[in-house]
Amino acid sequence: MSSIGQIKKVAGPLVIATGMGDANMSDVVRVSDERLIGEIIEMHGDEASVQVYEETSGLKPGQPVESIGSPMSVELGPGLIKSIYDGIQRPLAKILEATGTNLLPRGVEVDSLDRDAVWTFEPTVEAGTKVVEGDIIGTVQETEVVVQKIMVPVGINGELTSIKGGDYTVTDVIAQVTDDNGTVHDLTLMQKWPVRRGRPYKEKLNPDVPLKSGQRVIDALFPIAKGGVAAIPGPFGSGKTVVQHQLAKWADADIVVYIGCGERGNEMTDVLNEFPELLDPKSGKSLMERTILIANTSDMPVAAREASIYTGITIAEYFRDMGYSVALMADSTSRWAEALREMSGRLEEMPGEEGYPAYLGSRLASFYERAGRVISLGSEGREGALSVIGAVSPAGGDISEPVTQATLRIVKVFWSLDSSLAYARHFPAINWLTSYSLYQDDIVKWFNQNVDEDWGMLRGRMMSLLQDEAELDEIVKLVGMDALSAGDRLKLEAARSIREDYLHQDAFHEIDTYSSSEKEVLLMRLILSFYDKALDTLNEGVSIEKIVNMPVREEIGRFKYIHENDIEAEAKRIDDELKSELSKLIEEKEEF
Amino acid sequence: MAKEYRTIKEVAGPLMLVQGVEDVAYNEMAEIELANGEVRRCKVLEINGSNALVQLYDAATGINLESSKVRFLGRTMELGVSPDMLARIFNGMGEPIDGGPEILPEKRLDIEGLPMNPAARAYPQEFIQTGVSAIDGLNTLVRGQKLPIFSGSGLPHAQLAAQIARQARVRGKDEKFAVVFAAMGITFDEANFFMESFRETGAIDRSVMFINLANDPAVERIATPRVALSAAEYLAFDLDMHVLVILTDLTNYADALREVSAARKEVPGRRGYPGYMYTDLASLYERAGRQRGKIGSITMIPILSMPEDDKTHPIPDLTGYITEGQIILSRDLHRRSLQPPIDVLPSLSRLKDKGIGEGKTRADHANTMNQLFAAYARGKDAKELMVILGEAALTDMDKLYAKFADEFEAKYVSQGYMTDRSIEETLEIGWELLRILPRSELKRIKDEYLDEYYEKK
Repeated sequence: MSSIGQIKKVAGPLVIATGMGDANMSDVVRVSDERLIGEIIEMHGDEASVQVYEETSGLKPGQPVESIGSPMSVELGPGLIKSIYDGIQRPLAKILEATGTNLLPRGVEVDSLDRDAVWTFEPTVEAGTKVVEGDIIGTVQETEVVVQKIMVPVGINGELTSIKGGDYTVTDVIAQVTDDNGTVHDLTLMQKWPVRRGRPYKEKLNPDVPLKSGQRVIDALFPIAKGGVAAIPGPFGSGKTVVQHQLAKWADADIVVYIGCGERGNEMTDVLNEFPELLDPKSGKSLMERTILIANTSDMPVAAREASIYTGITIAEYFRDMGYSVALMADSTSRWAEALREMSGRLEEMPGEEGYPAYLGSRLASFYERAGRVISLGSEGREGALSVIGAVSPAGGDISEPVTQATLRIVKVFWSLDSSLAYARHFPAINWLTSYSLYQDDIVKWFNQNVDEDWGMLRGRMMSLLQDEAELDEIVKLVGMDALSAGDRLKLEAARSIREDYLHQDAFHEIDTYSSSEKEVLLMRLILSFYDKALDTLNEGVSIEKIVNMPVREEIGRFKYIHENDIEAEAKRIDDELKSELSKLIEEKEEF
Repeated sequence: MAKEYRTIKEVAGPLMLVQGVEDVAYNEMAEIELANGEVRRCKVLEINGSNALVQLYDAATGINLESSKVRFLGRTMELGVSPDMLARIFNGMGEPIDGGPEILPEKRLDIEGLPMNPAARAYPQEFIQTGVSAIDGLNTLVRGQKLPIFSGSGLPHAQLAAQIARQARVRGKDEKFAVVFAAMGITFDEANFFMESFRETGAIDRSVMFINLANDPAVERIATPRVALSAAEYLAFDLDMHVLVILTDLTNYADALREVSAARKEVPGRRGYPGYMYTDLASLYERAGRQRGKIGSITMIPILSMPEDDKTHPIPDLTGYITEGQIILSRDLHRRSLQPPIDVLPSLSRLKDKGIGEGKTRADHANTMNQLFAAYARGKDAKELMVILGEAALTDMDKLYAKFADEFEAKYVSQGYMTDRSIEETLEIGWELLRILPRSELKRIKDEYLDEYYEKK
């Protein structure tokens, strides 16, 4: 029996309906004759509180509210990649087509996955095989770089009684599974999954492989692991979104899900314009070929903003289950929390800190916990990873506020963006003194084994130089530069070189925007080699001014702009140049 | 004929509870007629069964619970628009106050507007030359951007905004251009300053002004920016004009929002402002932009005065999270008579990178911009150190940087409100300043540009 109730109260995105006794908690409902989409978030007797995902202007008491009897779900299957969805998985490009306007009217009904698109399905198993949930039965080449693996849906186990390759739409039956009770299940290319429930997996693994980002400060100083979680809090203008975009562009993930949650419309446009033109350094193909966008900009309905991060992470989990490394960026989780606060306020719940609901922390935690490196369901034991990087926009840039604090309790990597660095146009403005990564030990091991055995040593020395610089700066502020010994002044110069030549990275420079691990190592070596050799020279009695003003230092500074193909030769040349300039300084000194 | 209700149960602040209503919709427009025949406008904020909570757009003074009548109009609040709106002056609700005739609307627009489909946005990337070096050179404005001015009480934001409105143009193009000006709770003097400034330059003929002065009803301010933006959307996307929208002062708008929220007894967020203020402000700011397949554009310059010059106050803070950058005026620079007193370091234009460079401004623009920022930041640090320890404590290089910072403020930033500089002039001044520093310090500039411009003399 379908349950049709009536609107009783309308207050912003909250609608209270009576006569909803047969509906379930978390059911999706259709509100009024315009069939606006909503979700039941509270039940009192036969009264349901509904969070409506579209503008509620014009709704009246007495209008119908119909429960469709199932929770908020997303459609998973071929056609996801390259899409741009709103917070409840409606494809924005299709809405544009369907409505013929550049605006977003409400009550638009479009399918999440294109029902007319035809995909070529290639079976990888034969009829008669025993299959369990999560087993891969075939593939669809979705884009040039992404092969979508078609999996047996969760909850279905038995014998594959039929399977046939060929061209199908997402709703055509491609295979049948007969379970032990003799029930026949039709499998299609598409499956559905409720967004608020994490997709199951067999077991979780410790994340110890780096998600390389091509961003020097992240890879070397504060790395994130595949399957790890990171937060980027920072005041406005400190470059959160640029860091998120850089990660979406250059992280060595197979699939990227980018959620624009309550942020600027133009930022999504930027991604849409830019990504198709950028090439993935790994595959050489357009970055859009691996990207899915969820856009719920700040002017779009607030309740759908709350749903958007769940929509995004469910899609990401689906690709993780295929055995891919997936990276999800959520910009910004603060806007999600504000949507939660707004609904909580309308429900007249007792507020926790700063008006946020008391369950803010637990909701955030359960969201981030859906990340991880896992062994998926299925008999073959595929390993997939889902890394989550959340931007946080603390009010007034003050990270003592509830959203940042609740986030920091969960995440393992903290990239602290600093407005004073941003003012000096030092980007990425990640503060090296306050940021941290708890994956560091495992990841340093990986880099030592796979990139360069000195990685950990070089990284450690850079960190300690930066620490020393902070202390020396205090002294300089009190008593001036002259009070420092020549050795300390050299240390300051080396630290400055680390900051300006290594950590500073220009996201808009065609070469500097991405740095390979090999380039990162070479550059670390060059800078430290300058410090070591200069220190020796200083001990020979050469004056600090002469060392500081060596022309080769400018070449070290320009190393980051060298094309990846030439880095080896160039690093060698600069190092030789360094040696010769220093020995010249020693000779000059001896001549006197 | 709409039904009339005489069932006003309570009036508290800007809110009114009407009982026993039927067929009333959320967000519906209504009118209240007083015993003396006076009609005021209001809107449904919440509908619960047969109770409607209504927000007045006018003062509640004189409302009698017994004899006042409420009529629900069956539509949301609308603005009638027509090309004749140009060169006219309206109140904060969109009614003419310049003595001219009523507008015969070509169409009526819901003042709330509809969100723009992100897939239909066209990315703003056309450089707007404002003639102000600190903006053009360092915090470049592009068409379709929303770039607020963060000011403080007593700072000359009006002069700067008027200068931009006067000088802004896209180079090499002659296109239809309009200014929509919305005043929220500002003084007559300030509103008059804008009107005079537009009149002097003839800009008044292509302006539409919506004026809510300090002594007009505070709650009317909630409608004013929406009315203005609806007019702007009509001019931009129906009449293909490039519209510059100036909203001043958003702080008064936010205070009106707070007043309504407090009257509703909502759980307050920071400093008593409602928790949904981010969303509310976004519904204004995000209406700026360009759309695919449309010629016109909306560029927005909202002005807000930061209480106690505090950038972390909720109004500038939330604004900064939504807008594409900010121009910050500094009291310190103002005291030192810099005109305009733009503090370039914390100022930012997020869209500048797409609006500058070869074919738009000049190839060396991005490099020199970064170098100027970095050098000025270091120069300011050096000057701070000099204050504490005296000039002798500085290294020779830091002395150069300190000199750079001084010259930069005097020559680059402080240009006066009447100077209209071309982008080439701005870039040239930048190079002139960079020549204070040795070439080896200019690490953020490519060699080819150094060869071409630094060595030139």
